[in-house]
Amino acid sequence: MGKTLYEKIWDRHVVAQQPEQPDILYIDLHLVHEVTSPQAFDGLRQAGRNVRRPDRTLATMDHSIPTLNRDQPFEDEIAQKQVEALRKNCDDFGIKLFDLFHKQQGIVHIIAPELGLTQPGQTIVCGDSHTATHGAFGTLAFGIGTSEVEHVLATQTLKQSKSKTMAIEFQGELPTGASAKDLILALIGRYGHDFATGYTIEYRGEAIRKLSMEERMTVCNMSIEIGARAGMIAPDETTFAYLSGKSYVPEGKRWEQAQAEWNELFSDEDAVFDKVVEFDCGKVEPQVTWGTNPGMVVSVNGQVPALEDLSLEQRKIVESALAYMGLEPGVRIKDIEIDTVFIGSCTNGRIEDLREAAAVVNGYRIKQGIRALVVPGSQAVKAQAETENLDRIFKDAGFEWRDAGCSMCLGMNPDIAKPGDRVASTSNRNFEGRQGRQSRSHLVSPAMAAAAAITGHFTDVRDWPLRTGEGVTG
Amino acid sequence: MKALKTHTGTLMPLDRANIDTDAIIPKQFLKRIEKRGYGQFLFFDWRFNEDGTENEEFILNREPYRNATVLLTRDNFGCGSSREHAPWAIEDYGFRVILASSFADIFYNNCFKNGILPIQLPKEQIEELFSKVAAQPEYALTVDLESQEIRDSNGMTKHFEVDDYRKHMLLEGMDEISATIRHEEKIDTFEQQHRLYYSLQ
Ligand code: SF4
Repeated sequence: MGKTLYEKIWDRHVVAQQPEQPDILYIDLHLVHEVTSPQAFDGLRQAGRNVRRPDRTLATMDHSIPTLNRDQPFEDEIAQKQVEALRKNCDDFGIKLFDLFHKQQGIVHIIAPELGLTQPGQTIVCGDSHTATHGAFGTLAFGIGTSEVEHVLATQTLKQSKSKTMAIEFQGELPTGASAKDLILALIGRYGHDFATGYTIEYRGEAIRKLSMEERMTVCNMSIEIGARAGMIAPDETTFAYLSGKSYVPEGKRWEQAQAEWNELFSDEDAVFDKVVEFDCGKVEPQVTWGTNPGMVVSVNGQVPALEDLSLEQRKIVESALAYMGLEPGVRIKDIEIDTVFIGSCTNGRIEDLREAAAVVNGYRIKQGIRALVVPGSQAVKAQAETENLDRIFKDAGFEWRDAGCSMCLGMNPDIAKPGDRVASTSNRNFEGRQGRQSRSHLVSPAMAAAAAITGHFTDVRDWPLRTGEGVTG
Repeated sequence: MKALKTHTGTLMPLDRANIDTDAIIPKQFLKRIEKRGYGQFLFFDWRFNEDGTENEEFILNREPYRNATVLLTRDNFGCGSSREHAPWAIEDYGFRVILASSFADIFYNNCFKNGILPIQLPKEQIEELFSKVAAQPEYALTVDLESQEIRDSNGMTKHFEVDDYRKHMLLEGMDEISATIRHEEKIDTFEQQHRLYYSLQ
């Protein structure tokens, strides 16, 4: 019997197998950030242990850092301390750190791919649930807790049991005007946000093959929002073209050798998945979440659920979500007015996302009274956007243009939505209080967020009149 | 690591599905670099009002639930971020057992590493326990990990599933890192034949 992609990668990384115990799995790349690592380093110190492979460990700071005035002391002393702890830990244990002023600093899941550190066939872990992003390259990448961070630091391995496998076969073509974000949101909406708990997903089908690497990352990024710890896509020419020439990718003979090896990374035709799901993408429309988890989502032309048709159990959940969101049952999505816009995060903070948003914004001004932020996913994305003058388009329209970080995706730094604020956000979670206590998040694609910033309410980007001329006001 | 063999305690019924780790412990408390002391922030946005006073509506702030040590809840508990601060807060507050109809993966895994036993029970059984607490607020359970049983003083016994390795880990309070380090030679051998195409140094 053939093997799935997941099994192939798994088998190549088994260090030891013992009866009745999880396997010891080798970890190729360990990504570290300031929030989930300090207690792990403390654990090492207390036990008198070292980091086994500092050369396979990379650290950055992204979650709690400011995106403005970085040359000033932090407003938040505790965050400052956390960042200093990471500096000291990286220094003490010899780990490469992309510090606040480094030109490669950025969100952990943005920088590893753009540097070419994320490569097919690897195992990658990080103390962060969106680690599945790297699965877009045909890697097995998943989030871990701090105890496991310590385990990986000490041993470069993890004790893991195989998960179940799920193939999601996308059928049909993604229509023009619908983005990768809409695709994954529609999928989560269809199956619910705990559908894939216990599974590793492999996304397959023509629609996936046609996506760019950045779009594939958006899809894999949200695997956790459908319950899966990891999601992956088999590497192909698109993957190799993206990687070619990146800083940490080999050249010449070794590049050829690597490619030959990576070409073997696909699920065999007779491989058996524990579950196979088919999803038709032919009708996917731009999506907007209305509730307090990513599965509570509808098309921009839809409406929030009416209560009548729901079972008692469902009704309770929907009622509580709507109460938090300050929405009446049955309201049209297009009638929902917003007051804050956030474009960024590891889901949609890459250069293609900023281009997509800038194309909508170009020649317009944001609606008066709206606070709108663009936070590039990395300093490299920021620099690239500035080369393309995207920053001008955003600033001219009234957006704030920030330094890279997680920012309002989770509001651990000063970029927090205020109580009652209604945010059109390109991030990945709309949980209660996610972007700030009592704030209300609606997840959308970058183009949809940009359009909402201009009109002040959700607007179907497929009808958007693009303006190409400069200096036009909206 | 903390061991857990048996535990007896009263239940705290948290009647909600999909409780995420942002709700268990909001992000503003993740900036601390310590591992202890998170209990005071558990369910923070639900437990406290804007002005810092206790929210009397929230069940954890009511008697006799304040001192409960067994958390009873519903589907998909612990979804969202991988923050281990969530089990740290739950354990530090005093909970040792969580009963739910399902758990999110990373959270479930993190519990075992922190002396908390998460028990998954069928929906009907969870429903039954909710009714029992509703009828008798001081309702208590004994959880016996060795025999994989939950018992109450009225003679109710329920079996639960847990995989052997995790069970063993929690019973022993095992130090997983030491256990893995015993395989160091195998890791060395593996590294010698394993090929990677990047180098950070
Ligand atoms: S951008 Fe958001 S989801 Fe991504 S790593 Fe940062 S906080 Fe997590």
